[in-house]
Amino acid sequence: MLLFIFLPIISVITQSLHIAHEQVFVEVENCDFFGCKKSTSVDRAATEQLRSEKPLGRFVGLDNYFNRSHLASSELAAAWESSASLGEFYNQLFNLPLYRAIIFTLVYTAVVTPLLIIFGFIVAVAVNSINEKLKGLVIFFSLLPMIVTPLVGSLILFWMIDARGIIGSTLQILLDNPDLSLKASTPLTWITLIVYGVWHATPFAFVVFYAGLQTLPQDTLESAMIDGASRWERIRYVVIPHLMPLVTFVALIQLMDNFRVFEPIVGFNASAHATSLSWIIYNDLDGESRLLSSASTTSVLTIIGVIILLSPVLVRAWRDWDRQA
Amino acid sequence: MNSSIVENKPLSLKLFSGVFIIIWLFVAAFPFFWTFWGSFKVELDFFSKENWTNAITGIRTLHETGGNFTGNGYHGAWVQEEFWRASLNTGIVCFFVVLISLTIGTLGGYALSRSNFRYAFWLLILALVFRAMPPITLVSGYLLPFFEWGLWGKLSTTIVVLVAINQPFTLWMLHSFFKKIPKELDESAMVDGCTAFQAFRHVIIPVMWPGVITTGLFSFLLAYNDFAVTAMLLSKENQTMVPKIASFMGTTQTEGNVMFAVAAVVLATVPLFILVMFFQRQIVSGLTAGAVKG
Repeated sequence: MLLFIFLPIISVITQSLHIAHEQVFVEVENCDFFGCKKSTSVDRAATEQLRSEKPLGRFVGLDNYFNRSHLASSELAAAWESSASLGEFYNQLFNLPLYRAIIFTLVYTAVVTPLLIIFGFIVAVAVNSINEKLKGLVIFFSLLPMIVTPLVGSLILFWMIDARGIIGSTLQILLDNPDLSLKASTPLTWITLIVYGVWHATPFAFVVFYAGLQTLPQDTLESAMIDGASRWERIRYVVIPHLMPLVTFVALIQLMDNFRVFEPIVGFNASAHATSLSWIIYNDLDGESRLLSSASTTSVLTIIGVIILLSPVLVRAWRDWDRQA
Repeated sequence: MNSSIVENKPLSLKLFSGVFIIIWLFVAAFPFFWTFWGSFKVELDFFSKENWTNAITGIRTLHETGGNFTGNGYHGAWVQEEFWRASLNTGIVCFFVVLISLTIGTLGGYALSRSNFRYAFWLLILALVFRAMPPITLVSGYLLPFFEWGLWGKLSTTIVVLVAINQPFTLWMLHSFFKKIPKELDESAMVDGCTAFQAFRHVIIPVMWPGVITTGLFSFLLAYNDFAVTAMLLSKENQTMVPKIASFMGTTQTEGNVMFAVAAVVLATVPLFILVMFFQRQIVSGLTAGAVKG
């Protein structure tokens, strides 16, 4: 197991320090009627040989990290120098692939996580109050958006929001705009992805909160009632504090899941408007060229991001554990 | 909330929560029914420019095929595009991933739960980190060595990788499950003269099934739903369902092919549907197990 966890990480780090070999050039002298001309051409055989002998490529140190498609330090500095306002700087930042992905990921996470917690909570409270016999059925259908393969789920929604699909054409009629396409503009694509994210993850929050509601202390609720607390006050002062640890749990899990948002971008074919770190890696690895070193560099940056994201949690877990022991 | 509280609810609140549930059910389930229904139509109905009711009535379908429903999409996907092969591959991958990770998970989880060292903490950390780390970051590390060693594109390679990615989670889940089985149980078996292995075989195995089933379900879902690993590590003829569907997307320009993809999506969803139907309780308990503990 360790073999498959640590070796790839080491391999990723090594690869990220290398880049593919340059092509080997040879100078050829072409002599014809008018005299001799020197020209350079690619020596394919030598290039192939070099590449197969050293598949890792050339060692370049940290260059990969600072080039345009990753941290882009020089572009960043130039943009900071040249732009007069923050807005302008933001626009330039948006053109750099890595920062574009980070901005989207942050916005996505920041919007989706609170929304799904709120929705999940409302659904849980509502389901908890309905007839016992209906509950099973309701829970069954509620689980579907979460269980379904993310790619499949996003494709299903993608076809519905197509300009010729049911939601897409309904929106066109409602807004009286026959050219409306949810796929064409960046903000609309973002909204679509966010709606998908909420749809996909609400069931998880629902199930967790629903389970939490089953363990609600009845006597506290009753004493609140005796003290004259209204229904809303009971929810506010008894139910929500009781569920608070679960909210933290859901938020944590969702933070991790949303950080690695990937399949919906493929499913919605949204890469022109929204990308994520995972998508950048996928894009580098896919296709003929297989930019391994570039993908590895992004991977290392992602892993660092994950560690930063998790570090408060890890520290807390460490302390809790010490207290237990 | 128990019945005494439920009963004295005002009508308006009842109405509100009822309406809300109906809306939620609609939002959650309608896309599936819509796609299922539409998969039996021709493309011009499912993606109708004139009138969205065409997808329900199927005017074009009647016109083109002579029936209200058509299985053309399914035929095209299953036979012409060889989706059966992808399903078979998915079956193989899922079966072995579940089998291997449960075998390692039960034995390892049991051993860890009976040891006093703080393995559990590191397991939890590993499980957490793997939960947070996009699997594709590891894939880029696997690719080059796999190319070099000629392992790329094989089903067995993918199975091993999926098991490895899944294992910390499986171990942690089973570990916390075994922790709940009292130590006295196997101790008393050993007092009666069982060896450690016999104690496991005769005492623990009969009571471990609920935890194993739940964990198995989650490893199955992971293997079944995975896109990043399978898309990158499998060659074209070994593709499983999910990357196969993704590759349909690239070739959907010609008419009719979109319906292949729609049919394939339905085919890929059906097993999950059945799974949720039978194992709803286990899935719910598995999802909440972590929450109640944490």
